[in-house]
Amino acid sequence: MTQGTRLVVDAVTMRFGGLTAVDGVSFTAEPGDITAVIGPNGAGKTTLFNCITGFYRASSGRIMLGETALHRLPGHRIALAGVARTFQNIRLFGGMTCLENLLVAQHRRLMAASWFGIGAVLGLSRYPAAEREAVERARAWLEATDLLDRADDAAGSLPYGAQRRLEIARAMCTGPRLLCLDEPAAGLNPRESAALSQLVRAIRDGTAAGADPCSVLLIEHDMGVVMGISDKIVVLDHGARIAMGTPAEIRADPNVIAAYLGEDEPA
Amino acid sequence: MAYALQQLVNGISLGMIYGLIAVGYTMVYGIVGMINFAHGDVFMVGAFVSLVGLLLLAGGIDGPAAILLVLVFAMGITAMYGLAVERIAYKPLRGSFRLAPLISAIGMSIVLQNYVQLAQGAREKPIDAIVTGSLTIFTGDAGFVVAVSWIQILIVITTLIVLAGFTVLVTRTPLGRAMRAVEQDRKMAGLLGVDTNRTISLAFLIGAALAAVAGFLFLLRYGVINFFIGFTAGVKAFTAAVLGGIGSLPGAVLGGLLIGLIETFWSAYFSIQYKDVAAFAILILVLIFLPTGLLGRQEVEKV
Repeated sequence: MTQGTRLVVDAVTMRFGGLTAVDGVSFTAEPGDITAVIGPNGAGKTTLFNCITGFYRASSGRIMLGETALHRLPGHRIALAGVARTFQNIRLFGGMTCLENLLVAQHRRLMAASWFGIGAVLGLSRYPAAEREAVERARAWLEATDLLDRADDAAGSLPYGAQRRLEIARAMCTGPRLLCLDEPAAGLNPRESAALSQLVRAIRDGTAAGADPCSVLLIEHDMGVVMGISDKIVVLDHGARIAMGTPAEIRADPNVIAAYLGEDEPA
Repeated sequence: MAYALQQLVNGISLGMIYGLIAVGYTMVYGIVGMINFAHGDVFMVGAFVSLVGLLLLAGGIDGPAAILLVLVFAMGITAMYGLAVERIAYKPLRGSFRLAPLISAIGMSIVLQNYVQLAQGAREKPIDAIVTGSLTIFTGDAGFVVAVSWIQILIVITTLIVLAGFTVLVTRTPLGRAMRAVEQDRKMAGLLGVDTNRTISLAFLIGAALAAVAGFLFLLRYGVINFFIGFTAGVKAFTAAVLGGIGSLPGAVLGGLLIGLIETFWSAYFSIQYKDVAAFAILILVLIFLPTGLLGRQEVEKV
């Protein structure tokens, strides 16, 4: 497999009625990079994310992952195109076990092998092998996220930090080319944040759970995490891109400092 | 005592039929959050397809092979009806306001009844008993014989096999996992690559196949069907689903059994004319005092 695929966000605008939440934002996320999108509250980060991951349909602009036009695809096709995401407010299937959550993420592969599950009932076809493989992959990710001992517990019963890790594991089980993380460090303690940084780096480099390297797009407020792991940072404010560069460049950028410290707009 | 035992046997076999229909109600409710009011009529269609199947085979093969063949035939054809109902009446309305599919379900119910009435005539359709004879368990006081008819045994065994297969499908297979995932968070399931539309369609298809089993067993047990049987059976199965806790699959079977038993015992000891009153009084009491049903979950407002 190639070293990931380039994500091109080209002049994406998202309007809600009269409100322009994202205003002509363009950037590229290079393959094999961790690209972070940061900005003050209400800057439009999550809206942009929702456009990329098919949750919203952008009002205008193009979003290309390699040759695939993401802005034209319905939800389940986006996953097929190789985009996986996590949510700021965790959206696990709380009533299902951790292992089942990871197996749902491999649904497409398993369905193809089991002829819509009927083969599975009859114990026929290639299904047992496919299921074994899926369970193995799921267990590898549970191990990588340090959740192996909770495999058969209901996902909803896990502590908060563990749910975050499980959500990342579930996203990775779809076999993505681009992983989008929406504030993965929110609510984590410093030790958990450090472990998260480690995990995200391992995902980028393809050293976690035997998966292929995967580009990462990240929204994060925890500057320790962002500056520590990002290869490139895109800064949004009021829906527009105000800066883009390496962590060192961003730290020194006067626009960014103004946006964060509110130089132009005293509170 | 012997009399009560006999009623227990009768009630269980009737309850199994209700349970099979109730599973279809509760599964669809779980996944798309609507009551499929046409489901009772899908059961009726299943009974008619079984009748047609039996007539097609008449004089050809008979015995267990014929019964199995007709059952599979009825499940297949009725499943297609279930799928068609979903495609025509519900899928175009997905995402519109909650009452829209409910109303189109009532419309679909009327369409199916009139379709069968036109195609098959309005008269009662009798068939000769295919499975006859019974197994005497014991002779009670005053010569009262407690007997289980073979057809009752067939009903119970068929239902248990079908429900066991269904349980494996829901708990162990990718389709079952996808159905539960769609039930909990449809959008998220879609983002993980689950084709939610197809999963919902398959739920309707499976529900219709189960209703066809119920229709087939109903035909064998009572030997008479008409285009209107889906209404009463459907409302009773719906009551069973509510009693068991709508959305809960084991609850639907439990509710079906209870409704069957209540109806049978009421008929035996009070008045047979008012047996439907007993069943529907249960619906009202459950809705007032136990809205989540026996095995239902507390409805949690999603934020």
